[in-house]
Amino acid sequence: MTRTCPECEGPVELAEPVRLSEIAQCADCSSELEVVGLDPVSLALAPEIEEDWGE
Amino acid sequence: MRPLAVLASRVRYEEKRIFAALERREVPYTHVDTRRFSVELGDTAGGGPFFAAALNREISHSRALYASLLLEARGVATVNRSDVIEMCGDKLRTSLALERAGVPSPRTAVALSPDEGADAAERLGFPVVIKPLAGSWGRLVAAAHDRDTAEALLEHRAALPSPVQHIVYLQEFVDKPGRDIRMIVAGDDVVGATYRYSDSWRTNAARGGRSKPCPLVPELVAAALAAARAVGGGVLGVDLVEGPDGPLVLEVNHAVEFQGFQAAHGDTVDVADAIVAYAISAAEQNDDHVPLREAQ
Repeated sequence: MTRTCPECEGPVELAEPVRLSEIAQCADCSSELEVVGLDPVSLALAPEIEEDWGE
Repeated sequence: MRPLAVLASRVRYEEKRIFAALERREVPYTHVDTRRFSVELGDTAGGGPFFAAALNREISHSRALYASLLLEARGVATVNRSDVIEMCGDKLRTSLALERAGVPSPRTAVALSPDEGADAAERLGFPVVIKPLAGSWGRLVAAAHDRDTAEALLEHRAALPSPVQHIVYLQEFVDKPGRDIRMIVAGDDVVGATYRYSDSWRTNAARGGRSKPCPLVPELVAAALAAARAVGGGVLGVDLVEGPDGPLVLEVNHAVEFQGFQAAHGDTVDVADAIVAYAISAAEQNDDHVPLREAQ
């Protein structure tokens, strides 16, 4: 499935099944993107890394 | 039958593998985005636990900790439990637990202010590694090879606004052979182990460390299981270095990432499935031993 990068409008390939909150990366501009809707599948810029993120 | 919850605000490679493993096993589950999760205390109108168990894959330590705490208060079995998350999220608490359990780890010192940190480092002996008490992926971890460097690093630490950053956690610099070891434990089982190689002395996969399979020799298995038990058990990533007298446990991670680990092992190990199997057993133990799959 291909969607448009909200940052650069480049094509973003998503492997199916697409999951809500899934993280993808735009191959054109390297933006990190988040799947924010499934019907239809839509993308937004993913949140920035926060201080307490990790393993 | 209540479903198993997978808590995650960020669905990465690992969470997709976990969803796929749940689907292969035909286990009912709900993905809960913790950014949209709230609970009213004292509200029991829902009639008991929401979920048979919760597999906590939340990337934010704060949200992970409080999600497990809230769900446990509602009788939900959590993987991992809040006490384990709290322990693993604090390097000093982890070190104290390892010390109590007699698990070998690098020599460690803690100073309660940056001013005292350089003297503590001097007593420990240079080079030392200065780490934040909380944090992951090798962030803000620095090596000091002499007192001048330590003082400079600690001066920066003192300028950070969080009081917790002013607690100085120091460890001896273990001269490892260009690699460390990541082991994944699920309950009483070791899922596997990888060497993590890096050109940098920090070998975290998040910093570009390359993973290769590591044989499960008895002394590594014993160290990993002892470390996992020391922090309370569950699904854990245990990081070790090869010391001159045997493995030394560096830290234990409660929200283990395994993309590099899985790639290194190929089809010989299925980390997601092992994690799911452990979560199912936690759910079944908590739910009058009702098998999840038969109750759909």
